[in-house]
Amino acid sequence: MTSEEIRQVIYRNLRRIAPECDPSELAPEENIREALDIDSFGFLQVLIGISEEIDIEIPETDYAQVFTLAGMLNYLTRRQG
Amino acid sequence: MAEFKMPSLGADMEEGTLVEWLIQPGERVKRGDIVAAVETQKGLFEIESFEDGILGEPQVSPGQTVPVGTVLAMIQADGAPSPSEESPPPASEQQGTEPSATTQAPVVAAIPVPAPSQRIAASPAARRRAAELGLDLAGIQGSGPDGAIQLSDVEQAARPASGEAPPHAVLTPSSASREGMRQAIAAAMSRANREIPHYYLETDIDLSRALLWLEEENRKRPIRERILPAALLLKAVAKALAAVPELNGYWLDNRLQASVAIHIGFAISLRDGGLITPAIHNVDQLNLSELMKAMADLIERTRANRLRGSEMTDATVTVTNLGDLGVKTVFGVIYPPQVALVGFGRITERPWAENGMLGVRRCVTATLAADHRASDGHRGGQFLAALDRFLQTPDDL
Repeated sequence: MTSEEIRQVIYRNLRRIAPECDPSELAPEENIREALDIDSFGFLQVLIGISEEIDIEIPETDYAQVFTLAGMLNYLTRRQG
Repeated sequence: MAEFKMPSLGADMEEGTLVEWLIQPGERVKRGDIVAAVETQKGLFEIESFEDGILGEPQVSPGQTVPVGTVLAMIQADGAPSPSEESPPPASEQQGTEPSATTQAPVVAAIPVPAPSQRIAASPAARRRAAELGLDLAGIQGSGPDGAIQLSDVEQAARPASGEAPPHAVLTPSSASREGMRQAIAAAMSRANREIPHYYLETDIDLSRALLWLEEENRKRPIRERILPAALLLKAVAKALAAVPELNGYWLDNRLQASVAIHIGFAISLRDGGLITPAIHNVDQLNLSELMKAMADLIERTRANRLRGSEMTDATVTVTNLGDLGVKTVFGVIYPPQVALVGFGRITERPWAENGMLGVRRCVTATLAADHRASDGHRGGQFLAALDRFLQTPDDL
């Protein structure tokens, strides 16, 4: 999956949980949960969606690496390869 | 014959709008079946039957707004009629909240009913919008899969042919329903502060052990089955309530009616503003995986406007968790007629002194807002102590 495709997977899952937000307006280093007002339940749903679409298991100990858009893209691209 | 009524979905509800019949007259209903959808200031809810029987002719049509308690239809009970059952059922002595008394209703010969018509397929958003506009779904052409009516179809049907401005130009529908919810919350919370003599207690709880245990547990689980700290907190609340039952139940008729069942109203903030506290039933009897599923299911259905009426009415206590926002301490307002509200703030690392040693621990501040008519600070303190104790042995949760 290309980095752009991964980005679209992330956006799609964020929109599912926060339908009134436009994730493409997120700054790369912004804390996603704070910016889009997503609670811990919502964020877990986002991660479940992403992990199932890209078929990557995201251990809980790695959550700190996926708090920002840049971090998430970086992490998923790396784990994919 | 039992009455299927417009239910009260909370102390703040005075009337509701019947949006749709989901079971047609003449059809069989079982206890727990969703019979109708009702719109209130807090959103769209599915209303279940508390009876087995045959649904009679509707006495209220879709789009009609009626006061709480209005009979929407009769349900004729199943089985052979028995005259001895015609006497009124005895006053319910149980402390649960289900209107179980009506299950003894006698049976009456079935009346002839017209053939049931097809349920109209429509999206929840479309149903909601149609109800707001007072439109009958039957008169709207659907453009979705299998002719299902979608939001855009309702908007289309509502649009004046000439293209002139729509009739309600001041409030948009979403701001109108938000306004309604604000009013509903305002009414309930004003009543709470007027009538309930609150007292407040707070304590800091060391969660290090519980969180280490949880991390270890989650390492073994695929992402879909992982447990969030909120589930631990909720389960510990349920166990502590079993130890201090004065905090679980209702203040009604000038006395505490403690509940044996522990149904926790779980505060969920809605994305477009407002707050809803549907109940998770029998939390004390769920294991952590089941509880996590129940919470996820409730959040999902809250978002999809698919909450059941009973979930809005039978919470015996409320838990609010504002930790996601970074708040340290929550002093809540009790939701009447409940007698307690438990609050949790954010889990953070804090300096912690124990046995003459200073260390850094992950802690949460737990608060109790309780009704002084029903309990005293001493019992409230025992509740928080029990909560702390249960969180120190996560294996047993």
